[in-house]
Amino acid sequence: MQGYLWFAAKRFIQLLAVIFFGVSAMFVVTYLSPIDPVEQVLGRLSARSNLSPEAIAATRLALTEMFGTNQPVLTQYFNFWTRLLRGDLGASLMAFPTPAMELVLRALPWTLGLLLSSTAITFVVGNLAGGLAGYFQNSRLLKAFGIFAMGLQPIPYYIVAFIILIVFGYLWPVLPISGGFAMDVRPGWTLPFILSVLQHSLLPALSLVLVGLGGWFIGMRALVSNIVTEDYVTYAELAGVRRDTIVGGYVIRNALVPQVTALAMVIGGVFSGTVITEQVFNYPGMGSLLVDAVNAGDYSTVLAVCTISIAAVALAIFIVDLLHPLLDPRVRAE
Amino acid sequence: MFAVLRDLIRYNTEFTIGLVMVGIVAIFAGLSFFSPVDPTQIYLAIPDQPPSAQYWFGTNSRGQDLFWQLSAAFRNSLIFGITVAVLSRIISIAVGLTAGYLGGWVDRVLMFINDIFVAVPIFPILVLFYFVLRNHMDSFTMALIMACFGWPFDARLIRSVALGLKHREFTRHAVFAGMSTRKVLLEEHLPYVMPIVFSTFMNNMLWSIGMEVTLAVLGFTNINNPTIGTVLYWANSHSAMVVGVWWWVVIPVILIVITFLGLFLLAVSMNEYIDPRSRLRRMGA
Amino acid sequence: MADNILEVEALKAYYQMSYFGVNREVRAVDGITMGIKRREVYGIAGESSSGKTSFIKVLAAAIRPPLRVISGTATYDFGGAKTDVTIATPAEIDAIRWRHLSYIMQGSMSTLNPVRRIGRIFEDFAARPLGLSGSAFRQRVVEHLGHLKLPPSVLNAYPHELSGGMRQRVTIGLATVCKPDFIIADEPTTALDVVVQKDVLSLIKNLQTEMGSSIVFVTHDMSVHANIADRIGIIYAGRLVEEAPTRTLFTAPKHPYSAHLVASLPRIGDTTQRPALEGRPPSLAAPPAGCRFHPRCPLAIDKCKTEAPPLVSVGTDHRSACWRANDVEPLVPGHHHAGVAA
Repeated sequence: MQGYLWFAAKRFIQLLAVIFFGVSAMFVVTYLSPIDPVEQVLGRLSARSNLSPEAIAATRLALTEMFGTNQPVLTQYFNFWTRLLRGDLGASLMAFPTPAMELVLRALPWTLGLLLSSTAITFVVGNLAGGLAGYFQNSRLLKAFGIFAMGLQPIPYYIVAFIILIVFGYLWPVLPISGGFAMDVRPGWTLPFILSVLQHSLLPALSLVLVGLGGWFIGMRALVSNIVTEDYVTYAELAGVRRDTIVGGYVIRNALVPQVTALAMVIGGVFSGTVITEQVFNYPGMGSLLVDAVNAGDYSTVLAVCTISIAAVALAIFIVDLLHPLLDPRVRAE
Repeated sequence: MFAVLRDLIRYNTEFTIGLVMVGIVAIFAGLSFFSPVDPTQIYLAIPDQPPSAQYWFGTNSRGQDLFWQLSAAFRNSLIFGITVAVLSRIISIAVGLTAGYLGGWVDRVLMFINDIFVAVPIFPILVLFYFVLRNHMDSFTMALIMACFGWPFDARLIRSVALGLKHREFTRHAVFAGMSTRKVLLEEHLPYVMPIVFSTFMNNMLWSIGMEVTLAVLGFTNINNPTIGTVLYWANSHSAMVVGVWWWVVIPVILIVITFLGLFLLAVSMNEYIDPRSRLRRMGA
Repeated sequence: MADNILEVEALKAYYQMSYFGVNREVRAVDGITMGIKRREVYGIAGESSSGKTSFIKVLAAAIRPPLRVISGTATYDFGGAKTDVTIATPAEIDAIRWRHLSYIMQGSMSTLNPVRRIGRIFEDFAARPLGLSGSAFRQRVVEHLGHLKLPPSVLNAYPHELSGGMRQRVTIGLATVCKPDFIIADEPTTALDVVVQKDVLSLIKNLQTEMGSSIVFVTHDMSVHANIADRIGIIYAGRLVEEAPTRTLFTAPKHPYSAHLVASLPRIGDTTQRPALEGRPPSLAAPPAGCRFHPRCPLAIDKCKTEAPPLVSVGTDHRSACWRANDVEPLVPGHHHAGVAA
């Protein structure tokens, strides 16, 4: 138990380091910018006549504090962090005067739901099929599945999403291709709403799953075809241990250990895929928000999306890492 | 090297198919050097012409001959991918070999930084870069940024190989012979990790070109520079599918699939070649 | 002969594979005929790559491509119906596995699934053949572990938490908990240090006496054979070259190769220089014509280069495959192996 706490503590430090590094990188990027964000945003704001002067003043304060070029770098950096930790990045320009953070937190569940469910499906299906393909190397069905999954794996997320959009939007329109839920359903914990959300998430999730399957399939198949030559598998086979126990408890179970480590490493990449997929299917998540914010020149919202995505991905990796010792007793003992 | 290539072509169908696919795309991209038209100019041809003897791939709504447009786009994207791959390979070789050979706290610090880079999602950062740089974001800047994020996976891989090399006899000989660390790494260890470098080169190109497509489709790059992504961006912004200019979308998508599958097959088959166990299995041992 | 539990008849098993389009055949087992009695410990000796591992793979019914049985039979008689493992269906093999035929594997590091507790592994291996479950099963296992001087707490441990010796005792426990009639032990002591080796050997011997099982004990280490085997068969280049009761083999070997193996044993107080065997074991892909030992044999004559000697009786219970069996002299003076180190 003590070993586990030590392990968790080390991972936690890593989590903090990732967030610290990511946010610092963001600061550097904005600091290097040739454009002065304060003037740019305020210029756009004052072009609209219907806004209250108080709100504009608050935004000016927030922006000057974060990006004010009249202060030394370190002070700016410090202010940037203070703002972040308070969760106050100023008002969004697109939906003035809604705070940018609030927009992001509204979009976060959509992205997380899409990201987590598609990652879970991909991980389970890809590893199961890859594991079986590695064990039953002569199965035609699994070979065909492998060719299919491997053929899709290298294609960029955008292209797969786009092809699915064309297929289900123009050629065979049976599923909704746009939005997070149907227009005529009121949001809430009601059955019609949940069904509508699920229905709308099918195509975005499908395109993420299709791209992701191949990687897990290839990795697992390679791992398994090495593990089946391990002594403990041969020995179990010689002992006449049930086939399903060998495949599940001996082969796949052992191959799962490195695969969970790999899971932590790909989450960042899958997040990028989610962002672009959301955009293609007009899904109301962080990706769509980010694109809208960039197009609207909404500095606060762009920063808020970036911060939250770095923190969310780091947190997801942290949680997956914590699972690792539970799967591998040898790590626990260290 | 030549014998390896011959064996791969003879006994590894994936490698051969991949080589043919990448070869076709490379030749197609190479044709752009002989292009009779300037791919950045618009309205040089009659817009919206379907593929014909005169315009093999048709023309788009901006009055560009798609054949030459795509040829230039693929050239630019491949050059972009190669730039990112070369730059990030340099970082990953340096970090991987150093961490693996020196070990100790150097290794721990480098791998700590490595893990941070793995965990930071690059897409929001790239968008942020575009957001603050706007039109200053040219493809070389983007290649630089992506190279900064494209090395950690492969550095770890190279490190694990270097760890094994460290205790081999020839390393000790080199050290006793008074070779400097830099010399040991460059002259003794580098050749051993080259196969990994080649196979990850393809994977890295897949990743960077894919990311470029993603960013460009959203309009977050210099949209006047023809690349795989910006071709699709312009097709989208002219609603090519809706107005029936399908060749503007379908032809690039087919070429993209050929490029990516080809690079992927090369990476996979080289990977297999590196791992002797799977090679033996293929030969039926 | 009626009392034999295993009857092997002219067994040939080859590895057949194709490297880069070139077909290769390795004659790992090339015509072995032998029998193993009930309650007997039969030692199989031979160098690495002599084909002994392939031979016991066939005996253990672990025949997988590229290894194929070309001809011959290997028939077990466990009282009921006889089972020829070279033609038996997977269901027939499953019916004898562990209940009648079990296996102790070489090396203790990797024979146990690293992510499963020992108790679970026992359940996987033995619950079905024993027909027990729950507390009855656990009680039986704990009782058996007692024989192996292992505390019940090992059932809750993971393999990496045990020492090498304990892991090997667990492996022996797995192989013997069902009280099988026939145990194949493949180099079970090789990876262990000498003190633990002796311990494990006496454990196997005690269990064998108590359960009345037969054991095929494979090792290249002649001193281990001297301690445990009732009878020894020497395998060279895929063939059985000599077979005799242990004492006979050590005192009066009738094949130059066995004579050499016996002579290579260290003896207390003996300081004479021993001649090393020239040359290397032959390639099983292209074995030499005639007697396969002739290129290295000090007694070789012209006949040996062309005609392979058959395995014939040269004494009570003693068979040898050598044209000059009667000219073989023990290489080391003294006719006793009492001083053999274990």
